Amino acid sequence: MTARAIADVDIRADVGPGSTPSHFHCAGAWVLRAIEPLDHRLGAMRWPESGQLVLDASAVTAMDTTGAWMLHRTMRDLQKHGISVQVHGLRPEFEALLHLIASREVAQAEPSAPGLLIRIGQQSWRSLQNAFGMLSFLGENTLVLLQVLRHPRRIRWRPVLYNLQTAGFEALPITGLLSFLIGIVIAYQGAEQLQRFGANIYVANLVGLSMVRELSPMLTAIIVAGRSGSAYAAQIGTMKVTEEIDALRTIGVGQMELLVLPKLLALVIALPLLTVYTDVMGVLGGMVMARAELDVSFSAYLGQLDEAISLSSYLIGIGKAPVFAVIIALVGCFQGFQVGGSADSVGRQTTVSVVQSIFLVILTDALFSIVFSWFGL
Amino acid sequence: MSAPAASADAVIEIRGLNTRFGDAVVHDDVNLAIRKGEIFALVGASGCGKSTLLRETIALQQPASGSIRVFGVEVVGLSDEGALPLRRRWGVMFERGALFSALTVAENVGMVLHEHTTLGQGLIDEIAAVKIALTGLPASAGPKYPNELSGSMRKRAALARAIALDPELLLLDEPTAGLDPLSASGIDDLVRQLRDALGLTIMMVTHDLDLLWRAADRVAVLGEGRVLGTGTMTELSASGQGLIREYFHGPRGRPAREQAWNRK
Repeated sequence: MTARAIADVDIRADVGPGSTPSHFHCAGAWVLRAIEPLDHRLGAMRWPESGQLVLDASAVTAMDTTGAWMLHRTMRDLQKHGISVQVHGLRPEFEALLHLIASREVAQAEPSAPGLLIRIGQQSWRSLQNAFGMLSFLGENTLVLLQVLRHPRRIRWRPVLYNLQTAGFEALPITGLLSFLIGIVIAYQGAEQLQRFGANIYVANLVGLSMVRELSPMLTAIIVAGRSGSAYAAQIGTMKVTEEIDALRTIGVGQMELLVLPKLLALVIALPLLTVYTDVMGVLGGMVMARAELDVSFSAYLGQLDEAISLSSYLIGIGKAPVFAVIIALVGCFQGFQVGGSADSVGRQTTVSVVQSIFLVILTDALFSIVFSWFGL
Repeated sequence: MSAPAASADAVIEIRGLNTRFGDAVVHDDVNLAIRKGEIFALVGASGCGKSTLLRETIALQQPASGSIRVFGVEVVGLSDEGALPLRRRWGVMFERGALFSALTVAENVGMVLHEHTTLGQGLIDEIAAVKIALTGLPASAGPKYPNELSGSMRKRAALARAIALDPELLLLDEPTAGLDPLSASGIDDLVRQLRDALGLTIMMVTHDLDLLWRAADRVAVLGEGRVLGTGTMTELSASGQGLIREYFHGPRGRPAREQAWNRK
């Protein structure tokens, strides 16, 4: 066998001039662990300008693929400069290795890094494609939805119910707790200001309006985007990696019908319900705080609430929820379908789905505010 | 079966190995010795614990009892830290490649070199390109991501990563599974060439009878939790043991053998 059992400390590979100017010695263990000094040594060697050259490799005690590559590379570079190289004394097994390396050598592909302008262009093109893709995804789903609505028996109720449970029912504790806490925070912050004017009772207006009309729909949508939108993207993305999506297509099951529509329907049902629930919890949080900080009794608070919140404010708040639900479900599923076949890509698209859906939810909320103020609502 | 005598040139020595998953006995007193420089193959029906044995050898899984010595070092009960010096000396190719999907093929190979050497980026790229070329991949495969490659190319890329550090011991889990016959015979040749040129010791788990006939020096048949027999393919195929006969003389056994003879 080759000298593989050499002790770690004793590894040295050497190259040096021999007896005549065209004669060079190679020695030591030409192995990976000794390759760095050898590389420097080879780089610093002064080879003859032309003519013939003899490499005496009889003192080489060990060689692995890396060492063989170094030898091969040296010979190749010399030959490129018109110097003919002969290797003497290389052990037969090293000779075989050298041949193996030489026979497998292929031209190295030079990786070319694109310039700044190209990258900007590519990125813009990708964003544009992404937006276009999202739009066609929306269109595709609308068509499927219309078809399914014409034949309601094609709705897959089992996944709808399953998604109702995971995205809706199982989100009750976290959404409830968070909006209760937000209610407390608003009441607490408002308490000091209101006390100054002796307008303690108006804490109900403050908490009620802000929660019911703005905060609770948005808060719920953001939590659901983080909880369920990301899960949709990861689920569909993983199915894409494991070729389950392709399997569905070959079986002839519509992927939109099976994977997207149930999620969409479930979320459109669940999110308004969750919003009603977080409305209540937020108002409750404010009520507890009002009694503790402002001495507003529960009955006075509730009475004031009745006057403060008009039906339209309440309906506007809940009416936004289905729109948010559509955004979350579509963005999550769309990003899932964008997964490109690797584990890394699943993670990336999941992140993108959460960021995009939260962004779109807040943007839509702002648009709603503007539109409603036009109509004087 | 009695334990083989301890030999000085054994790279892997397994003695009295027992493995259990709950109540299921996977290995019941397995004894094996793999000599330096040989291509050793583990065969057996699916689920007989071949891959488990391979995983235990590289300290990814712990047996219930017994001893596994690799390069003379006891692997059973070894911590990750303790296994580190050993891990530099062996290369592993997993059944499904297990390439890092976030890295290109060249980066997958280069990453191993980055972790274990202090070489500069230029040299690492060069060495990675050599390893990729050695496995028969075209140079254009280097900058590609694993999911852009076909199954057989992914296998080759995994092999390139396994030999990145020029290991003394190479462990291959199903190196030819899922490959077309042409790629598979390429792997046969490659395994033999690597052994001949580098003096590697190779332990592989395989179902591929062609690979066994063409590349393996010795073969061990696992079954019923034990080693049913060890020997060259010729010896084993002449064996009268029931399960071994079944394995090698099934409908697919004979053609592979005839083909191997014709090639020789």
